Amino acid sequence: MSLLPVLPVLIPLCAAALSLVAGRSRRLQRLLGTAGAFAGLAAALALLAAVDRDGIVVLRMGNWPAPFGIVFVADLLAAILVTVAAVIGSAVAVYSLGSMEPEREAHGYYPLLLVLLMGVNGAFLSGDIFNLYVWFEVMLIASFVLLALGGERHQMEGAVKYVTLNMVSSVLFLAAVGILYGTMGTLNFADLAVKLRSMENPGFPNALAMLFLVAFGIKAAIFPLFFWLPASYHTPPVAVSAVLAGLLTKVGVYALIRVFTLLFVRDTAYTHGLILLLSGLTMVTGVLGAAAQSDFRRILSFHIVSQIGYMIMGLGLFSPLALAGSVFYMVHHILVKANLFLISGIVHRERGSFSLENLGGLYRDRTALAILFLVPAFSLAGVPPLSGFFAKLALVRAGLDLRSYAIVAAALVVGLLTLFSMTKIWAEAFWKPAPAKATAEGFPAGAALYLPAALLAALTIAIGLWPGPLFDLAQRAAGQLTDPAGYIRAVLEGNP
Amino acid sequence: METVLAFVVGGLYAAGIYLMLRRSLVKLLLGLALLSHAANLLIFTVAGFHGDRPPLVPEGSEALAQPHADPLPQALILTAIVISFAVLAFGLALFHRAYREIGTDDLDRMKATDT
Repeated sequence: MSLLPVLPVLIPLCAAALSLVAGRSRRLQRLLGTAGAFAGLAAALALLAAVDRDGIVVLRMGNWPAPFGIVFVADLLAAILVTVAAVIGSAVAVYSLGSMEPEREAHGYYPLLLVLLMGVNGAFLSGDIFNLYVWFEVMLIASFVLLALGGERHQMEGAVKYVTLNMVSSVLFLAAVGILYGTMGTLNFADLAVKLRSMENPGFPNALAMLFLVAFGIKAAIFPLFFWLPASYHTPPVAVSAVLAGLLTKVGVYALIRVFTLLFVRDTAYTHGLILLLSGLTMVTGVLGAAAQSDFRRILSFHIVSQIGYMIMGLGLFSPLALAGSVFYMVHHILVKANLFLISGIVHRERGSFSLENLGGLYRDRTALAILFLVPAFSLAGVPPLSGFFAKLALVRAGLDLRSYAIVAAALVVGLLTLFSMTKIWAEAFWKPAPAKATAEGFPAGAALYLPAALLAALTIAIGLWPGPLFDLAQRAAGQLTDPAGYIRAVLEGNP
Repeated sequence: METVLAFVVGGLYAAGIYLMLRRSLVKLLLGLALLSHAANLLIFTVAGFHGDRPPLVPEGSEALAQPHADPLPQALILTAIVISFAVLAFGLALFHRAYREIGTDDLDRMKATDT
């Protein structure tokens, strides 16, 4: 039996524990933080290779057979997401070396970052829904502390909203899990999938599905439930913003995809139709919110919301191509969005401000930075040949195949509006001459800041130039999602 | 028993949401505490009460004798209680710090980061 599925959880845990033991030694903590992140990346790549080669990998804790024991399941979707999360974790760890204040480092920044990565990986790999809840909480409490660490006034205000909304969502999730157990008598995803399929009354699963939709919808920040996100994501240090923006909402999207491809697939006309409607509204409100902002990080925060809409759109369309588009979009978005936040941090370091009014002239002074910004910005908007173009192309194709013209139109218009708000950042921060009265002085940013951003941009370009391998992987992941028989068999009967 | 608990759970949810809608940090936290207790009780109630016999296999027999209490909901609730206490403790510390930093516990006056 392979231990691989548990390594992406175990490695950050051990590194976090060791760096707590390291106590106030800043150097040791920094070393352990980055080493843990990179070791996690190696484990994630090994896991992805194993899943790609052998199919779904299942790890049974204590060798108990599946519906009774706890299982870790790594299918392609989980393995892909674990790998991307590890890439972001490593990039942010390196970025933090150059940007995190000693004060925050002394109060346990690196252990928290590692615990956050552990929670995210655990959520992706968990094979039963109660453990999903537990991993959500591990991830959330780490993100709570990361968001509030430092205790500045605006951070506190953001944290109050973030903590409250996430706790409400957790309570709803827990209640839904309890009702699910009370009626089905099991919590294992595969077992639940079998039992829900053979259930006579389809009205009850629908009611439960709505409860899960709200609970995960708050975490994923979909249409009527996203207001906590733009109120909090721009308050912490940039490295924290980047890791939260890249990973946390995507765990909500992952949970939605998992639950609505495996469990609630009886009445897709209703549930997935509703998800499709919500996806359109999410895209439009997010991008309109972004267009109204004039702060670098607030624009980016609102864009997370609109981009979540695209990922949910693939789930709502619910065809193999659409789900492949969703998976591709998640990978692309995690890389690009984290990178945009990292670049906003470099801009802040150079100029001492996030406000577009106080920025300017960066193209003339820092041409390399300007070009570095253009890559993820254009990719986010979907300009070919960058990664976002292929992600959007897959979703639009899937929408056209299913004749859902309204959502396709929404996706295309939102793409244009995204481009508009990215050019707004470009024109204000990079192109226009520097304003006469700069508020604060900046410092030149070091290599530790440029290197992760440049590497993520290179990844974006690479995906854009060679989308074939990743798209093939996404399609096979979508194949596993649309035909859950393989997942159920792997979990309940042992590896095929 | 189920009927009584159903009303208790409903009352806790109602009280929790009512408290959260007041504009005070302290009441917000109390509301969250009530909500998480309501969810715990909900799990306990929805799993049903099947006798008060512990789920132990008697000596000499192979299977559990019906009816027996289901141990799993209690395990779930125990985990959930631990988590919710930890999160509440953090919330208490956070809200206290927020109160000192912002100088008010009125939620309507915490709009600096809103859009």
